Amino acid sequence: MAAWGLRRAPGVVLAALALPVFAGLLGTLAPAFGLMAVFGQAQPGFAIFADLLAWAGFWPALWLSFKVGLVATALSLLLVVGLVAIWQGSRSFGLFRHALAPLLAVPHAAVAFGLVFLIAPSGWVVRLLSPWATGWQRPPDLLIVQDPGGWALIAGLVVKEVPFLLLMVLAALGQSDASRAMLMARSLGYARPMAWVLAVFPLVYRQIRLPVLVVLAFSMTVVDVALILGPSTPPVLAVQITRWMNDPDLSLRMLGAAGAVVQLLLVGMAIALWLLAERGVAMFGRRWAWAGHRRGPGPVGAALVLGGAMAVLGCVVLGLMVLALWSVSGLWSFPNLWPDTMGWGQWQRHVPAAIDSLWRSCAIAVAATVVALVLALTWLEAEARFAMPIGAGGVWLLYLPLLVPQIAFLPGVQTLMLLAGVQGGVLAVTLAHILFVFPYVFLVLSAPFRAWDARLGTMGRALGASPARVFWRLRLPMLLAPVLAAMAVGMAVSVGQYLPSLMIGGGRVSTLTTEAVALASGGDRRAIGVWALLQTALALAPFAVAVLLPGLWWRNRRGMRQG
Amino acid sequence: MLKHLAGLALAAGLFVAPLQAETPQPNPADWPAVLAEARGQTVYWNAWGGSTTTNEFIAWIGQRAAEDYGVTLTHVKLSNTADAVARVLAEQQAGLTSGGAVDLIWINGPNFAAMKEAGLLFGPFAEDLPNWQLVDVAGKPVQADFTVPTDGMESPWATAQVVFMYDSADMAPLADMRALLEWARANPGRFTYPQPPDFLGTTFLKQVLYEVVDDPSVLLAPVDQADYAAVTAPLWAYIEALTPHLWRQGRAYPETGTRQIQLLADDEVALAISFSPGEASAAIANGQLPASVRTFVPSGGSIGNASFVAIPFNASAKAGAMVVANLLLSPQAQARALDPAYLGYGTVLDMARLSPEDRALFDQIDLGIATLAPDQLGAALPEPHPSWMVQIETDWIARFGGGK
Amino acid sequence: MAQNAQPAPLVLNGLEVALQGRVLLRQSLQVQPGQIVSVMGPSGAGKSTLLAAIVGALGPEFRLRGQVMLGGKDVSALPTEARGIGMLFQDPLLFPHLSVAQNLAFGLARQVRGAARHRAIEAALADIGLAGFGPRDPATLSGGQKARVALMRTLLAAPRALLLDEPFSALDADLRGQMRDVVFGRARQAHLPVVMVTHDPQDAAAAGGPVVHLGAPSAAAP
Repeated sequence: MAAWGLRRAPGVVLAALALPVFAGLLGTLAPAFGLMAVFGQAQPGFAIFADLLAWAGFWPALWLSFKVGLVATALSLLLVVGLVAIWQGSRSFGLFRHALAPLLAVPHAAVAFGLVFLIAPSGWVVRLLSPWATGWQRPPDLLIVQDPGGWALIAGLVVKEVPFLLLMVLAALGQSDASRAMLMARSLGYARPMAWVLAVFPLVYRQIRLPVLVVLAFSMTVVDVALILGPSTPPVLAVQITRWMNDPDLSLRMLGAAGAVVQLLLVGMAIALWLLAERGVAMFGRRWAWAGHRRGPGPVGAALVLGGAMAVLGCVVLGLMVLALWSVSGLWSFPNLWPDTMGWGQWQRHVPAAIDSLWRSCAIAVAATVVALVLALTWLEAEARFAMPIGAGGVWLLYLPLLVPQIAFLPGVQTLMLLAGVQGGVLAVTLAHILFVFPYVFLVLSAPFRAWDARLGTMGRALGASPARVFWRLRLPMLLAPVLAAMAVGMAVSVGQYLPSLMIGGGRVSTLTTEAVALASGGDRRAIGVWALLQTALALAPFAVAVLLPGLWWRNRRGMRQG
Repeated sequence: MLKHLAGLALAAGLFVAPLQAETPQPNPADWPAVLAEARGQTVYWNAWGGSTTTNEFIAWIGQRAAEDYGVTLTHVKLSNTADAVARVLAEQQAGLTSGGAVDLIWINGPNFAAMKEAGLLFGPFAEDLPNWQLVDVAGKPVQADFTVPTDGMESPWATAQVVFMYDSADMAPLADMRALLEWARANPGRFTYPQPPDFLGTTFLKQVLYEVVDDPSVLLAPVDQADYAAVTAPLWAYIEALTPHLWRQGRAYPETGTRQIQLLADDEVALAISFSPGEASAAIANGQLPASVRTFVPSGGSIGNASFVAIPFNASAKAGAMVVANLLLSPQAQARALDPAYLGYGTVLDMARLSPEDRALFDQIDLGIATLAPDQLGAALPEPHPSWMVQIETDWIARFGGGK
Repeated sequence: MAQNAQPAPLVLNGLEVALQGRVLLRQSLQVQPGQIVSVMGPSGAGKSTLLAAIVGALGPEFRLRGQVMLGGKDVSALPTEARGIGMLFQDPLLFPHLSVAQNLAFGLARQVRGAARHRAIEAALADIGLAGFGPRDPATLSGGQKARVALMRTLLAAPRALLLDEPFSALDADLRGQMRDVVFGRARQAHLPVVMVTHDPQDAAAAGGPVVHLGAPSAAAP
């Protein structure tokens, strides 16, 4: 009986999650093709796409989204690969690794705000040098953030994605026989970085491909970071879609929906291009391996990677410091390096109001993550025990919510929930969060789960343990670290959700992030500082647990401590 | 055991909350009945949550509502009013005619026009509220919102008027929009406006349009009744001339009005548009702007409008929402809103209709160092018909928002 | 869990394993209690597949025919844990998250409870010369100690047959001889039918039982 239920679990999970995904997709597609009247009359056909093409910013916005996505992803991956290739195993790398958790916990928007105040013409870097070195009494009129080329946006995305990809690479390294492959390549005379790139990276990449594609899709669909750092004339496509969806003129929502369809196609194209480029790089790599290139990138290349990694770390840490400073500052005029006046006023003002939403955020995050974890574990355990009828391909469907801008995707989900009578409330919001949390939990968990030594399971069974006992007593405890990491990532994702909380909750479920985003729309940096730090603290807690607990729990078990 | 977990997860996924029951509509003319029905209700007020001062004012209203009327007020903090409009729209499409999530919306202009036209509003109720008797119907734009008749479907609670905030350490007040252009030429990079479709950015365009158009009266009729191209030609000529001298040469714009204030605080710009005569004083008191900031209005007058609250057709707590709307019109609430120490918003009340004690509340208020006296502020120009706003916005985006 | 019942032979009746319609191996065999059959053959001949088929750990993609008889009953339809067949690998495969005592307890039947359970574990540890090692982290044991814990863990599960998958190949020469004596001795003592897969002719010689040679498969199997 148990086997019967579990065998069908992946199908059930898929169906349960696919329904809202399809509803969301339908909610995007139907208005775009004029099949559903959003407001006023609807005419089936492609008329809305003609309107979309008529927008002067259409092609520039398309190109911008494409470029930002591909460049940010490639740059992040390059930095991560370079970093690990050059540094893995050294002491400073260990330090960097421990800094990862806090880096991952900082909300995207907070990183973006911090970055703005670092590099803007009135930012800290300029203040540090003004007026004594630059002679500037006033901020120079330089277009640094919101540049038309989108480079500030790319920088912001790289800063945020490098820690994520690094976490994924490190997790993958634990599962592949990396150290022996390294040793082998080095004994054949290959310099460390070269050995890593040619011998280890191909093994690792197979495991991180999905995370990389998620990063690519995210970079193309992100709205909050693009609003803060990205250009606005025109903006990236996702931002423009959001503007249309938010316009008082309700008929523009159909334009927004059409834009979302184009966005989906664009992400699809970018993924296709990326997969094509993968082949090219693989061919190039094989040619290198064939030719026997053994030399490393040399000191200049190493310094570049080192510099890049330090810049990433520095941006997040300094950005957080600046947010902390803002949260206690009064007036802070240019070119003063420190606030003119300081005080705890902002904290006293906001913290009492925040406590309530803090608990709610916490409860939703825990509930959504636990459900997502149970679904992911059920799926993976079923996959391990039975030949899978659906296979890994089914998982792709569940990543769809990450590929469409939320503003275009959620109206469909909202309508489905309203029709089903699931109205507002913490429960509905939690259900909606699961849609976005599950893909990340699955992402973090699946590789270590699948890489678990199956002989341990056979041994357990041969000792008379049932499959359930093998799962609960052997597999799950041994996967404590990845399970906690998946939970931490899942909770951070849940804590960071804005639109699902607002739209599905009907505004009645206030979370730390709905409050923070509402305040951020006012641009009061001092309030933003307080709320961003609170958000970071909330997301940081599970990361700290994920990093520290396995070490403490298994402090007397050397075999449970990996590299 | 895994089977049980899977079952549990499934059960959670299929859990369905019961729909709320149908409720009869409250009648604002029978105010005691409304008060009785409102007691114990929870009102979800969907209002922009981007300003700490506004949030704190709404929280204060909540305290009053709870203590005086037994109404629990919850502020749903939005980053965009359209989110609430979209919610009501989605509920209408799903056939949810009662038990909606939104009880009260802070709204005006195009959002109101859209909701009214789509039949998404409850009412009329506004002119039956007891405190409507105190409202300055003749002197304040409270019965037409962007020329669209309110018809009692929304209740006013504050007035706003365009002023320009400037740093008196850097510049003197300017006479009008032409003077602004000249000043911008002489001081490149020191002025910008929020990027349309931000309403404040579009308001700047309308303010310019008022000053460059031959006959402002055409703006009060729908746009299709005028020769749009001819009427707006001087506006686009003006903006073309201004753009190269803007902050970042017009290649980037602040996203919102408050971002623009931040630029003023950082000394990136010296001049910024505002829709609240008291905002500069409140920001100075708050430590958000330097004490040298002052305000001016163009000599030909500036655009003014009112902020309203409306109740969706399917609101769950209509009686409670009306009680809150009425509370917002009380002299105590209006006086607090006017005080820049709290909010700095203009009142919609007629001083002549207040009792002497109530009037004293207003007389005590120190309007703040950067706030113009009512006679300096001058008469407000009426908002053009919303169709102008839509058309100008679309045109601006096509001309300046799509990159060169 | 099967208790140590009457010693009975392990019989393979025309056991056949196929993958995607291709037959990987076909084997009939009879192993008497206390007898150790050595299975030898080149890499890829299906030695490990044979053991997996006997113990019931083949992936769902494999097709199995024939019977695995133990104590006169066909166990081939039973799940691994119900077959009563113990197994030892080249790696001791001690569970890294459990202590030495907990590892042993994992194999011990549920019916032994309370103080008796503690006594049984203590006795088992003393039996393999590791008295007092109970709370230790298995990762801190030497190779020989780990191998003995793994053996004892398997025996505590009271199997009715034992499968050995190259059990001594990871040990150095001295230890290998010792462990052979221990494992074979215990298996004979418990009258277990034993199937051992090995590359090492010395293993087969020490086992003293019949040697089965698995030929190279007709088509090169993975």
